Order: sequence, then structure tokens, then C-alpha cells
Amino acid sequence: MGETVAHLTVREVGRVAESVLGRPLNVTSNTDIARDLAIDSLTLMNIVMELEDKFDMSIPLDRMAVIRTVGELGELIDELRTKD
Amino acid sequence: MGLLQKYEAPSEAYTDIRRFGADPFNMRFDTVISPTEAELNGGRVILIGTNNYLGLTFDPECVEASVEAVRNFGTGTTGSRIANGSFGAHLAMEAGLAQFYGRRHAMVFTTGYQANLGVLSALAGRGDHLILDADSHASIYDGARLSHAEVTRFRHNDPEDLYKRLRRLEDSPGDRLIVIEGIYSMMGDVAPLKEIVDVKRQTGAYLLVDEAHSMGVLGERGRGLAEAAGMEADVDFIVGTFSKSLGAIGGFCVSDVDDFDILRVVSRPYMFTASLPPAVVASTLKALERAESDRSLRPRLQANSQRLYDGLNALGFTTGPQLSPIVAVVMPDMPTALSMWNQLLKGGVYLNLALPPATPNNRPLLRSSVSAAHTTEQIDQVLAAFEWAGRELGLLPAQTQRASA
Repeated sequence: MGETVAHLTVREVGRVAESVLGRPLNVTSNTDIARDLAIDSLTLMNIVMELEDKFDMSIPLDRMAVIRTVGELGELIDELRTKD
Repeated sequence: MGLLQKYEAPSEAYTDIRRFGADPFNMRFDTVISPTEAELNGGRVILIGTNNYLGLTFDPECVEASVEAVRNFGTGTTGSRIANGSFGAHLAMEAGLAQFYGRRHAMVFTTGYQANLGVLSALAGRGDHLILDADSHASIYDGARLSHAEVTRFRHNDPEDLYKRLRRLEDSPGDRLIVIEGIYSMMGDVAPLKEIVDVKRQTGAYLLVDEAHSMGVLGERGRGLAEAAGMEADVDFIVGTFSKSLGAIGGFCVSDVDDFDILRVVSRPYMFTASLPPAVVASTLKALERAESDRSLRPRLQANSQRLYDGLNALGFTTGPQLSPIVAVVMPDMPTALSMWNQLLKGGVYLNLALPPATPNNRPLLRSSVSAAHTTEQIDQVLAAFEWAGRELGLLPAQTQRASA
């Protein structure tokens, strides 16, 4: 139970990405979403939509512009969740 | 390391596409013969991918109006409306649109893309919320980015999902603007407007409908989905284009909201673009009159669409979920889509090859757009070409009993 919230979120992002892409992924905090996972803009938006449902929250797309890695996406989700 | 190095992946993908034959993104027509025919590499092709829904591009009255305007007012305005002023044609076009839609205000933009850019970026600002259908056109996504508003997508044509996402924003300050399209440009499906209006009423949001592909197509008078669904009073903003049913180029927004005209001095895509040439506006205004008054156009368009849609389904192709002038055939994968598109071209049919991520669900599409100007024979020729190409490529079983519609 030593995992931080951020690590759990990264794992969830990985699971959701796997279900949207329909293939297994090896995802860490440092995984670059576009380069390492070969995900296009539309697929990323679809992953964000699934994450919104998973966490019952809103992840505004305008906040995604600066996100490059899975870890950064996890941090954004944690930040938006704690804001509520 | 060049500036364009970052495009290595799309560049390779584009090269692969061209290996299959013609370049689908760089077609060169020798001449355009009519709204439904052109010459390509010395041969004739049927045009069935050009969004020319009412077939008015060669309408004699529209052509004459345009010729007269170019003689009287010159080839261009050489500047924006706020800098170089408006011509009579711009004001007449706006008055004509307002009257056509029965709205108090109308504003013309230089392209349809810019209409979405100019309207969305001005209506929603920092702290507001734009709620977009997931399958929205690129101009809607780009307009949303330019607005600096918070952007949320909801599942395509799913009012319950829209409601769920608006509910999540309940405690957030700012206005909400829902953005949908009348007919979606890739699959040709229609938005469930009544149900979306219910959500709008429950949540106190505003609603904008992009009628780019439904203007001139849906509704008794051709005003689009809002008219067809009887929901015009609940649609706060209608955006549309002149480059489809009206056969020219340009975009517009109509509305009844107070102070609408402030957009003219805050919408950057409106302020910092040269205005439409009077010749373009003149043909568009004439085309708008034709779209409204010629009641034979829509039944012809409907009959042609039905013939193509039913014919393709009878052959065994997978089409979109609803009948509309946009008839998309779903392809199983990229190589099949590319081979099929090239084969159709050889068979004398030009339509659009639509590829992911511009298409829903990552599926390549062969997208046709039917015109009122197509003859029954042309639709049958297109169906015959589909059948021939499908059998050549093994997409359809070799010559068997043809399924009945």
C-alpha cells in the first residue's frame, strides 16, 4: 500500500488507454503519449473522455495542450480532483 | 534538423497512400463540365463527393448575378469590413440571411471555417464552457481552442452523455455553450435535436447548431435541422456555409440575441480577414433565393440520396446509420479503402477518401455527397462502379444473386 495517489492514477490511465486502444501497453509516468504510444489527437481525446467517466470528473481539453507524458496526465487528474 | 522534420510520420503515411495510385489529396481536374461531371486525365468522371447538394454551381441566374457584380464592383474588396467598409452586396446578403431564417441578426464571414472560428472564439471566453459533440468538424475544435474557454466533449449524438457532462460542471462558474451539427459531415447522421434541446433547457446552456451540411437540405424551406425538427426557437445561434448548398464560398451566423453586432468588433477572424468579393456574394444571394423558392430541389435530392443509399446497402456495403445526402461506405482497413477509391476513379467516379483521425471510430470511409443535379442514370452508374470495384477487390462475393432491397 506504499503507492502514492499519482502512481495509482498513472496505472488507471494505462488501463483506460489499453481499453480504448484495444492492445496491451507498458505504461510508466515517463511514457510519452504521442511518441511512445503512437496515439493521435483523436484517440487521446477519446481516452480523456473515458477517464472523465472513470473518475466522474471533467478534464477540460484546453488543459491537455501542455500534457506530454502519462505522468503529467495523472498529475492533472489528481489536481483537478482535489480542487473539487 | 529542419523545421519540417516533425512531420516525418505523416510524410511517410502520405507516401504510402500515393503508392496505391492517384493522390486523393491533390486531385487535378482538367475542366469541370457541370455540377456533376468533370474531366480528369482526359476522361470523364461523375462528381459525387463535392457537397454540391442543390447543384447550383452552374445555375445561369447565379452565374449572371456574379458576372454583373464583378463588372460593377471589381474582383475583390482588398480588405476587411472594419477597415475597407462594407459593399451593398454584403449588407444585402446579411439582410437576406436574416429574412431566410426569420432572425434579427446575421453576420457574414469569408469562409465557413472562419465562421466557426469567429463565432465560437467570440461567444465563449476564459472561464466559460464549450460543450462539443465528439464528432465535431475541425473548425469547431479550432474555434474552441481560439476561445480560451474550457472545452468538454460529449459522446456523439448522445443527449444523456451531454447531460452527464454538464452536470459535472454544475458548480463551475461561467456560461455554457453546447455545439452540435445538423448533419455530420463524415457519416451523414443527424443530431437528435429535440433531446438535446431538453438538456439545454434543463441546464440553462446556450445552443449553437452548425447547419453547414443541412442548410438547403433539411426542412420545408431548407433552413436545416432546426426547422425540420421544429426547434428553431430553442437554437440560439445557427452557423452555416455558402460553399455547399449555395455553391460558392463564405460562412455566416444568424441569431436573435441582443447586442449580436458587438461580434463585428471583437471577433478576430471576422475583423482581420478580407471580406468576400461582391461577385461571390451576388451568386450566393441568388442561390439562397433558389434554395428557398425552388421546391423541386429537395425532393430530387432526397430521391437521389435514397437511390444511392438503398443501392449500396443492397449490394452489401456498410453505410452510415441514417439516410442523408452524405452517403458514407465504411471500409475495413486502409489498404482496402485506398484500392477501392482508386478503382472507383478508374470506373469514372470521384468521391472523397476520408481517413482517420478525421473519421469517427478510426474507420476509413468512401464518402459521397449526392446532388439534386445528379440524374438517375448517374446514380446507377455510381452503383455499377461500386459493384464492379467491390467484386474486383473481393469486397463483394464474385457474381452471385443480387440481394433485393
